[in-house]
This record gives sequence, C-alpha cells and structure tokens, in this order.
Amino acid sequence: MATEILMPALSPTMEEGKLARWLVKEGDEIAAGDIIAEIETDKATMEIEAIEDGKLAKVLIAEGAEGVKVNTPIAIVLEDGEELDDTAAPEPAAAPTEPEPVAAPIEAPVSAPVVKAAIEGSKIFGDTAMVEVTVREALRDAMAEEMRRDEGVFVMGEEVAEYQGAYKVTQGLLAEFGEKRVIDTPITEHGFAGIAVGAAFAGLKPVVEFMTWNFAMQAIDHIINSAAKTLYMSGGQMSSSIVFRGPNGAASRVGAQHSQDYSSWYAQVPGLKVVAPYSAADAKGLLKAAIRDPNPIIFLEHEMVYGQSFEIPDVDDLIVPIGKAAIVRQGRDVTLVSFSRGMQLANEAAIILAEQGIDAEVIDLRTLRPLDMETVLTSVRKTNRIVTVEEAWPIASIGSEICSRVTCEAFDYLDAPPTKVNCKDVPMPYAANLEKLALPNVDDVVSAVKSVCYRDKA
Amino acid sequence: MIEFTPERELEAYREMLKIRRFEEKAGQLYGMGFIGGFCHLYIGQEAVVVGMQMSIDKGDQVITTYRDHGHMLACGMDPKGVMAELTGRRGGYSKGKGGSMHMFSLEKNFYGGHGIVGASAPLGSGLAFANKYRGNDRVCLTYFGDGAANQGQVYESFNMAKLWDLPVIYVIENNKYGMGTSIERSSATTDFSNRGASFDIKGEQVDGMDVRAVKEAGDKAVKRAREGGGPYILEMLTYRYRGHSMSDPAKYRTREEVQKVRQDSDPIEQVKKRIIADGIASADELKAIDKEMKAIAANAAEFAQADPEPDAAELYTDILR
Repeated sequence: MATEILMPALSPTMEEGKLARWLVKEGDEIAAGDIIAEIETDKATMEIEAIEDGKLAKVLIAEGAEGVKVNTPIAIVLEDGEELDDTAAPEPAAAPTEPEPVAAPIEAPVSAPVVKAAIEGSKIFGDTAMVEVTVREALRDAMAEEMRRDEGVFVMGEEVAEYQGAYKVTQGLLAEFGEKRVIDTPITEHGFAGIAVGAAFAGLKPVVEFMTWNFAMQAIDHIINSAAKTLYMSGGQMSSSIVFRGPNGAASRVGAQHSQDYSSWYAQVPGLKVVAPYSAADAKGLLKAAIRDPNPIIFLEHEMVYGQSFEIPDVDDLIVPIGKAAIVRQGRDVTLVSFSRGMQLANEAAIILAEQGIDAEVIDLRTLRPLDMETVLTSVRKTNRIVTVEEAWPIASIGSEICSRVTCEAFDYLDAPPTKVNCKDVPMPYAANLEKLALPNVDDVVSAVKSVCYRDKA
Repeated sequence: MIEFTPERELEAYREMLKIRRFEEKAGQLYGMGFIGGFCHLYIGQEAVVVGMQMSIDKGDQVITTYRDHGHMLACGMDPKGVMAELTGRRGGYSKGKGGSMHMFSLEKNFYGGHGIVGASAPLGSGLAFANKYRGNDRVCLTYFGDGAANQGQVYESFNMAKLWDLPVIYVIENNKYGMGTSIERSSATTDFSNRGASFDIKGEQVDGMDVRAVKEAGDKAVKRAREGGGPYILEMLTYRYRGHSMSDPAKYRTREEVQKVRQDSDPIEQVKKRIIADGIASADELKAIDKEMKAIAANAAEFAQADPEPDAAELYTDILR
C-alpha cells in the first residue's frame, strides 16, 4: 500500500516549515530509521526519518520549498512490488486535528500597520527608516548590543549557550561573547537564580533566561525575597540590577504546567519592575532599557510571538522607556487595554469593530509595573468605556487591577461597567478543543466591547 | 593545632567577648520590649566567625542567614548601627527597615543577613561567581546552619560551584538543632562535611568551639579557594546556648546538656584559660577587657534606645533605585 510522508510538526507551536533538503531521491530504497530529509523551522533545522521500509516513489514537495504547512504530503513511499500507477492519486491526508491550527499564528497584515501606529504614538522614533525583524531576533539583538556596551552583562540559563536557546532567542551569543558570558546552567532554577542575584549584589548585570516562566516558580523565592526586597531591607545600600526573562503564558498544547501566565503575580511585588512587550520594537527597546535599569526586572515574553515579524526603527540604540504605555490605535468609542499576546486579540477585534461602526482605542500597556494608569485614564475619560484583554486567569489579574483603578479614579466618566476578557478560570487543558475554549479569543473581545457599548450581539 | 601569638589570643578574646556582651545586651533589650519580632542570638558560637574572619583578607566577602549579629560585628560593623537596627531606629544599618535578620554593609563586604533558610548558599556562590568573572582572587565565606544544609538549593549551589570552580567556602555552622529539631531527627546523615561528596567537594569537620582550630581550617580553605581550588566545606561543630530565637523556651534539650557545653568547651573560656596559663595577661587585665566590651554593648544599647525611629517618609524610599 502506498503511504504518504507528511510534513511533520517539530514543535508544539510549529505551523509550517521549509523543506530544506531531500537526502534521498525518487526510486531509492529506504529503510525505517533512514534520514530522508531536513526540515527548517523558525528555531532549528531538524532531520526526519523514514518510518517504514519501502521505495521512495515520488517527491511531492521539492527541496527548497518554504512555508510547507504541517501535515502536507511531501512524498509517497511504496511497499515492495507496488507500482505508483497501481495506486490512485493521493488523497490529501486528513489532519489528526481540525484543519485550522489551534493556536493560529499572528498574521502580519494585522500587526504590522498597528506596530507602526504604536511607534508614532509614542513619538520616540521620528521619521526613522524601518526594518523587518522577528521578536526573537529583536530580543537577541538587544542582549548582544548591551553585552557589547557593558562587560558586566552576561546571560545565563538552561540551553542558552551551545543549544542556542530552547526557543533560539540567544542564537549566536555564545559565538560572539564566549562561554564566560553566555553560560549554560544545570536544570536548577532555584539555585541559578540565587547565584545570579548574588552576582548582581556584587555589581554584575545578569540576564537570567527561564526556559519558561512556569519553571521560575522554583526560583520565585530568590526573585522576590532576595532580588526585589533587598534594596528596601538594606536601607538603600544594596540592590540587584538583574533581568529575569523568558516566555510567559500559554504556548500551544503543552498543558497546565507549561501554560501559566504570571503577569499579575509579579506585578504585585514592590521592588520589581514588570515588562511585557508585544511588538519587536518594544521587545528590543524595553529589553535594552531593562538591562540598563538598576533594579530587578521581570521581562515577560510570549512564545507565540517570537516568530512574528514587525517593522522596527533602524537605529543604533533603540531604547523604549519602562513604565510608558502606547496608544497603538486612536478611537472614540471604547478603550481596549492589553499587553503581550493579548494585543493581537485587541488589534484584530478593533478592526472587526471598526467594520461594525465601533471606533476602539487600543492601548498596549507594555509595562505592568509601574502601570501607566495616566494613559489608560485619559483614554477612558474620552471613550467612557473600557475592556481589558489578557491571557491570564481572571481573578486578581492585571485587568482586575485596571478595572478597579478606573472605577475609583474615573467613576464619573464611565458609561458602562469596566469589563475584563481573560483566560477561563481553569488549569490549561491539553485537548485542542478545550484549550481553545479556555483561551480568550477575538470574538470574546468583540462581544465584550459590544456589551459595554450596549450594542446587540451580531 | 596551630598556636596563636599572644596578640592573636588577645584579639580572639576581645572579639568573641564583644559578640557575647553585645548579644547578652540584645537579649536584655528584647526582654524590655525595645527589640521586636525575631531575634536569634549567637551566644556559644563566637569562635566560628571570629576564627574565620582571621582567615580572610579585606575585600573577601561574607554572607550568612538570620543568626547574623556575630558575623556583622566580626566583619567590623559598628555595634551601634547593628543594635539600632535591632531596635528599628534610623541609625540602624538598614535605617530600621531591615531588622535583626536583614542587615548589610557593602563597606565591610558583609552581604547579609538573609531571612530565608538556605538562601545564603546560592547568593554566596553568586558573589564568588562575580569574583571569578572579574578575575580577582577574592573568596566568599558563605555561612549557613545545619538546618539549611538539608535544603535543595544548597545542593544546586554545590553542583554549580564545583562545575564552575567558584571561590566559595561553605561554612556550615552545626549547632545541633534546626530550631527545635535535633540533627538526628532531621538529617539522614549528620556529618555535614560530607554533604559535598556527590559533587566532589571536599570538606572537614572542625571544632567550632576552639578559635584556633577554626582559623587553622579557615586558612587552608581560603588559600585553596584563592588559588583556584574551587569550593570547600567547613563543618563547624558548635553550640548555641540560647533558644533558636528569643521566644524559644528550648524544651527540646536538657539544661544539663547546655551546662555541660558551657563548662567543658566554652570558646571564650578556652582562650581565657590559655591567656592566663601562658601569662599573656593577668585576670585583672582580662577583666578590664571585659569591662571595655560591656561598655561597647552598653553604648550601642544606649544609642539604639535614644535614636529616633525612621522618618515616616522612609516608608516609600529604597523600593526602587
């Protein structure tokens, strides 16, 4: 029986990849375990193996093809004695899950123009030429630039050096800066976070990568008790200039222990600054600012955004100030406040709402502590309505804080109850359908906005 | 066993007595309500910090957990500033905002004073990491107790310290009890000097009641670390006479047990006996030193009671830099 070889998914978030090279050609006999092709994802080049013995009858996707979707048939293998002509034309393979990707990648048309607006809104880049960069590259460039600038800056974490980063954020740093400054650690977050804080007490400037923030729960004692509180407890004598960074929140289909959003946990702690950028420009400019900052910084990234490209200003030293929100879209009818990947929902919802005659103002908080409430309040005083959007759990979330502050500080301006859109109040499920139900989506945002605008649901 | 010069013996006597008189005074102030919260006294363990301090040079770092008053005085921090921190006054090392367990002096290379059991192990390893990163020859004395020695982060630190050859000396002050639980009841193995074995970190048990034994072991370990030999463990066999904190009635051990240690191996009495026997100083001369140390403690106490509390505006300072 003829079997199809399908484009494999090589990571939880992979949607497509490049068929970099065929290592076998049509007519070759192949055995299970033979390496038959190389696939490039945005993170790595992976080899794929034959699963069964047979003859490679036909190559369906030529080498060099880019953007090959997961589950696309890429070749046909025949058993002994079979001929290609004996079989019917290959049916497209049925995907094991529904055809729409569970966690859809962000489409550039939505984000790119919005990012431009963000940059204009913050008025710090002027008429600078723009270049297209992924968030992943932006973060790497930020670290590399700061490491060139300051000998005391070093990067440590699991797989940051030789492996080039579990999510390839530290790609190339080892080659440029060497093993003294790009340090692979054992899988011991509590210990290496403490070592990094000790090094910061001594005046070095560590950038600690957590493979994900879920694992930083083991290190949270040193982040809070040792890093955040020491300046206060020492009466201002001893501080730690340190950045803790890594992907936060839900990636895709990795279950409850790998999908938590910690934004409000850290935003609650005096002595920390908490940053959660969305665009590549903000990721770069805020990470550079964070590394220079004399305080402990929690830098929350998002795995689903790493591979997205944004236009960023082509300048030598891009710094985005910590503590300033950005109005990425001006509007009159409602204020949409979000951060990190929630911005994608807010932006997409704003486009849909505009088609329905609702003019949303979209604010990217960018920093969660200190919160730029002035930007939020000014907007609410104009629109009289607010909806917060985030991927974190609803109780005591960033949205809860913002809704509370808006209620207290702009009560007389409100024409509707401040409203939150959050993840459901459940541990993140694994099943594709349940995960989709747990996470907030664009429809949730659109209906929340309609509700505060007292408009009928579509 | 190394022999101390007469000057060393007198220095040891003075320094240990300074800590003891200070701690006795702190205990008094606690009883009078001037010191709040927790207060962990170092009485009985004085030989450990005094001997180790004699082994290091200016520029080497010291870090410990919450039983920290002795370490601070041994580092040369001003007793007035330490006592005023205990009473929560503005002249305290942390302006009254840290308290007994959280004090620091960058000037004296004392990096705290950490309230979380076990936290000093990675933090001290991190200070040592910075020494190695900068290519200087400083070493970090990283103190923690027998209770902390069972913490996971201690072993995470051991692993990285050995992996990266960090110039750190782990000084485990084994005073036999983690709060009210004896080492036999809390620890599967009670020879803490061996706890680095899985990481190939060598260690030794030291008579932590004999300041000469402490200095001898400290000298060797410091030299080794300074010359790039990496981490080392010194388990100091010591004893605290008082409870875990001021609120601990210490019912988990007998009065006789404490009395026996005081009688047979008190660190200060040991030095005193040698000084008299060797004719280094007379009993009267030692009494004069004691009087001087009592005066230092009394002055510190007086300052710590008279010094005003921090200004209300201090509530919001030193949160961020």
